[in-house]
Amino acid sequence: MKAQNIGLLLLAVALIVGSVWIGSHQEGAEFAGTDGQAMALVAALHPDYQPWFDFVWEPPPEIASGLFALQAALGAGILGYYLGFRRGRAQGRRDRADAGD
Amino acid sequence: MHITEGFLPPLHAAAWTAVALPFVIVSAWRVNRLMQDQPQTKLLLAAAGAFAFLISSLKLPSVTGSCSHATGTGLGAILFGPAVMALLGTLVLLFQALLLAHGGITTLGANVFSMAIVGPWVAYTVLRSTQWLGASLALSVFLAAMLGDWATYLTTAGQLALAFPDPVSGITGSFLKFAGVFAPTQLPLAVVEGLLTVVIVNFLREYSGEELQSLQFLRPALATETRT
Repeated sequence: MKAQNIGLLLLAVALIVGSVWIGSHQEGAEFAGTDGQAMALVAALHPDYQPWFDFVWEPPPEIASGLFALQAALGAGILGYYLGFRRGRAQGRRDRADAGD
Repeated sequence: MHITEGFLPPLHAAAWTAVALPFVIVSAWRVNRLMQDQPQTKLLLAAAGAFAFLISSLKLPSVTGSCSHATGTGLGAILFGPAVMALLGTLVLLFQALLLAHGGITTLGANVFSMAIVGPWVAYTVLRSTQWLGASLALSVFLAAMLGDWATYLTTAGQLALAFPDPVSGITGSFLKFAGVFAPTQLPLAVVEGLLTVVIVNFLREYSGEELQSLQFLRPALATETRT
C-alpha cells in the first residue's frame, strides 16, 4: 500500500509539473481559469447577453485568497484528522496484539 | 465547471434548479438515514466531504496553459453511493458561491447538477461496470474518479451550449466550442484526481476496514478483491 501510494503521489506531482512545463510553452499561456474562458466564450457567442444577477458578495482579492486558503485548510484538516486517527488506532491495535503474544 | 453568477438565462437557471432540487432532498434524507443506521461512518463521510472541499479549491495548471480544478466528488460516490454526494457537493458549491464569488446562487442548480449529480453517478456507474468486468479495485476507482471529473465538465459544456447556441452552428457547434475550452485542460487534471482518489482508497483499505465493510456500496468490490 505504502509503496504504491508514494508512487501514485509522485506520478500526480509529475503530471502537474509536466503540465506547467508543457502549458507554459503554449501560445498565450497565462494559466487563466477555464471557468473565466467559458464565460468569455458566452460573451463571444452572444455579445448582447447581459448577466442578470450579480454576486451576493464579492470578496476583495486579498480576502478571497485567504478564503481560498481557508477552504483548502478546512478540507485538508478534516481529511488529515480522519486519516491520522484511523492510522493511529490501527497502530494501537497492532501494538496491543503484539504485547498480548 | 462553475457557471458564473447570472450567466444562465433565468429560465435555464430555474430549470436546472428544479432538476437538481429533488436529488438534493433525497440526498439529505439518505445522509440522515446513514447517520442513524451507521453512525460509525460519520467521520468517513466528513472526510469524503473534506476531500471534495479540498480538491475543488485547488486550481491546477494544465497542458493547455490554462488552469482548472478537480471536483473530488468521485471518492464519496465510490464509498457511499452517488445519492449522498448531491448534498455534500451542494455545500461545497454554496460556500464557493457565497464567500468566494465563484459559481453563483442563480447558477447553483446547474452547477450542483454537473458536479454533485452527474459526476458522482458517472463515477459510481464506472466503478460498478468495471468491477463487473473484473478490473482490479485500484483501476476501477481510478477510472471512476477520472471519468466522473470529466463528465462534470462535459455536462457544464452542455448546459452552456443549451443556453447559448452558436448563431451559425447551433447547440452542437456551441457544445463543441465549450467542450473545447474545458475538455483538453481537464484531461490531465482528471487523471490527477483519479490518482489521488486511489491513494485515499488504498489508505482506507489498509486502516478503515470496518467502515468499508459496513458500507454496502463497496462490499461487492471488496468481495471481488478478496476472491482474486
